Amino acid sequence: MDKKTHSPLFHIAKRSALPWYVTWGIRGTALLLALVACGVVTSLVTGENPFQIYAAIFKGSFGTPRKFWVLLQNIAMLLCVSLAVTPAFRMRCWNLGGEGQALIGGLASAACMILLGRAGLPNWLVILCMIVSSVAAGAIWAGIPAFFRARFNTNETLFTLMMNYVATQLVAFFCVVWESPKGSGTIGIINQNSQIGWFPTIGGQKYLLNVLIVALVCVGMYIYLNYSKHGYEIAVVGESERTARYVGIKVDRVIIRTMLLSGALCGLAGLLLVGSTNHTLTTTIVDGRGFTAVMVSWLAQFNPIWMILTSFLLVFLGRGAGEIATNFGLNQSFGDILTGIILFFIIGSEFFIRYQIRFVKASEKEEAKHV
Amino acid sequence: MFDFISFIPRAIVQGIPLLLGSTGETLTEKSGNLNLGIPGIMYVGAISGVIGSFFYEAAGAPSPFLTVLIPLLCCLLGSLLMGLLYCFLTVTLRANQNVTGLALTTFGVGFGNFFGGSLIKLSGSELPSIILTTTSNCFRRSLVNAADTTASWFGRLFLSYGFLAYEAVIIALVAAYVLNRTRTGLHLRSVGESPTTADAAGINVSRYKYAATCIGAMIAGLGGLYYVMDYASGVWTNDAFGDRGWLAIALVIFTIWRPNVGVLASFLFGGLYILHMYIPSGMNLAVKELYKMLPYVVTIIVLVISSMRNKRENQPPASLGLAYFREER
Repeated sequence: MDKKTHSPLFHIAKRSALPWYVTWGIRGTALLLALVACGVVTSLVTGENPFQIYAAIFKGSFGTPRKFWVLLQNIAMLLCVSLAVTPAFRMRCWNLGGEGQALIGGLASAACMILLGRAGLPNWLVILCMIVSSVAAGAIWAGIPAFFRARFNTNETLFTLMMNYVATQLVAFFCVVWESPKGSGTIGIINQNSQIGWFPTIGGQKYLLNVLIVALVCVGMYIYLNYSKHGYEIAVVGESERTARYVGIKVDRVIIRTMLLSGALCGLAGLLLVGSTNHTLTTTIVDGRGFTAVMVSWLAQFNPIWMILTSFLLVFLGRGAGEIATNFGLNQSFGDILTGIILFFIIGSEFFIRYQIRFVKASEKEEAKHV
Repeated sequence: MFDFISFIPRAIVQGIPLLLGSTGETLTEKSGNLNLGIPGIMYVGAISGVIGSFFYEAAGAPSPFLTVLIPLLCCLLGSLLMGLLYCFLTVTLRANQNVTGLALTTFGVGFGNFFGGSLIKLSGSELPSIILTTTSNCFRRSLVNAADTTASWFGRLFLSYGFLAYEAVIIALVAAYVLNRTRTGLHLRSVGESPTTADAAGINVSRYKYAATCIGAMIAGLGGLYYVMDYASGVWTNDAFGDRGWLAIALVIFTIWRPNVGVLASFLFGGLYILHMYIPSGMNLAVKELYKMLPYVVTIIVLVISSMRNKRENQPPASLGLAYFREER
């Protein structure tokens, strides 16, 4: 035959499962490479030597006790939203609406603070109402796309994405309705004098309560996903809907139940942001965490315990980049660039965990030609 | 009486970035790639063009031809690189598309705002802010001024836009033609519907995915450039582009993956986007915020209805969001 036989230079095959230390070794290497790349980019932009830059990143998070607590608080909030979206992701149901669900939860608790606070209800009752209403609001916000996904197979990625902006505008609407002082278009600190609906501070630390609550949620989510019947059902539906149906799992019900849980936890994040941290409501209060959470959750391979590490990483870098930006008079968005670079490296490294590249040897090529 | 003659041109000017973004995203999605990085790509396209023209204007901007060409090429190059990055990660390395897309958006928006905010400091120039009047005037050159009330209604409605606006409409129509009437389009759609089948038929799946996503990214990047140079008169403000990138993705669903429908739909979205400025004043300010919700609500309704009716030609590409690996069954 005079037709040229084309044989590829290398061959890509799926790997069987690697031991955990190899996978994390690969990820660690990717992270190191990413940090080197970030250092190079930063020193190109600022003209400083990279080690000083790393020192600045470190100082941004651990420089003072206050900075350290802000770091913890940010980790807790990001972790909370990440934990919330995780059960849905395990089911391969892409809930990109964490932002909106948290926002609507925040809206509900702000509503309780303002309206019930005005009505003169006792503090504990207001807080109870806040908890119930914000969790319910988040659940409803996720439940709507879940219902249509389960019933009509509507694309949940796009649906939840759109729900974010509906929530944003709804919050913008109420920001004007409840504005104080009049004409400012913002709500300001709610119940500044009476402190009704403010969560108690424990141990003298403003953020300690949040951190503890989220730690509990984290452990709870780990147990729920790995050791409960629901968690097992979620895993089966995620692997194959057909298998799930065959073994008698009601897929529709699992989807709706899991999304409700997902939304409820997002609502909890909103509650903590409004009731415990900021005591106010703005359209940007969630600060893109709904989207960052997707990456946190995915980087940790949907494992709640590893998520502590990945959310720490992203928050740490964000704050570090902020410190660099302040020191060198650069724009705060520098952090997003660094986060992006690190994500690209880690996303790329997953390939080497899941696939192996086998270079085709010359002798095999010869064989292939003779076949 | 509602002033349509002044409303429609403004709606169209609002709609053009959305049209470019959604045409790009439609091409991308037809190849089975759900590129959620479009908002970031539009930012990068815009800032690349701004950087190009910033340095050219600093050099004095001698030729009007180059004044247009340089930002245009910079914009295309910037968005092409973003498209290539997305493709490399999702097609070659088969990474998760949602995560890659969101990372791309984080990176792109950060990139845009960072260079938008720091370009002056980094380049050591003495200008107070980025105002590219010369370049913008070249981009905005039109036959009729839309604000000129003495001009005929025909001129104000149809002839009052910069050249990129007409180009956007042409690109959308060409994209629709290529997708539905040519063999390349057929192959592309088959890659998006069932890459396994396409591969078996001898279509190079990776090549189609790369080509569609990169071209899509470049078209979307032009949307960002149009926004800065034409709509914003060459003035870069951080975060001014806002959520238009997501609105462009919404528009893809709204048009049920048809770029030719996108032409009118984008003008409708543009209209909905600015409708709150035209409702009678004296009305409650808060209600205006609710008006801004309309494009998203309308999109959700279309998404739900199209999935309820379950007509085959109105569905998203079947393998949308899934990486293709030949040896996987």
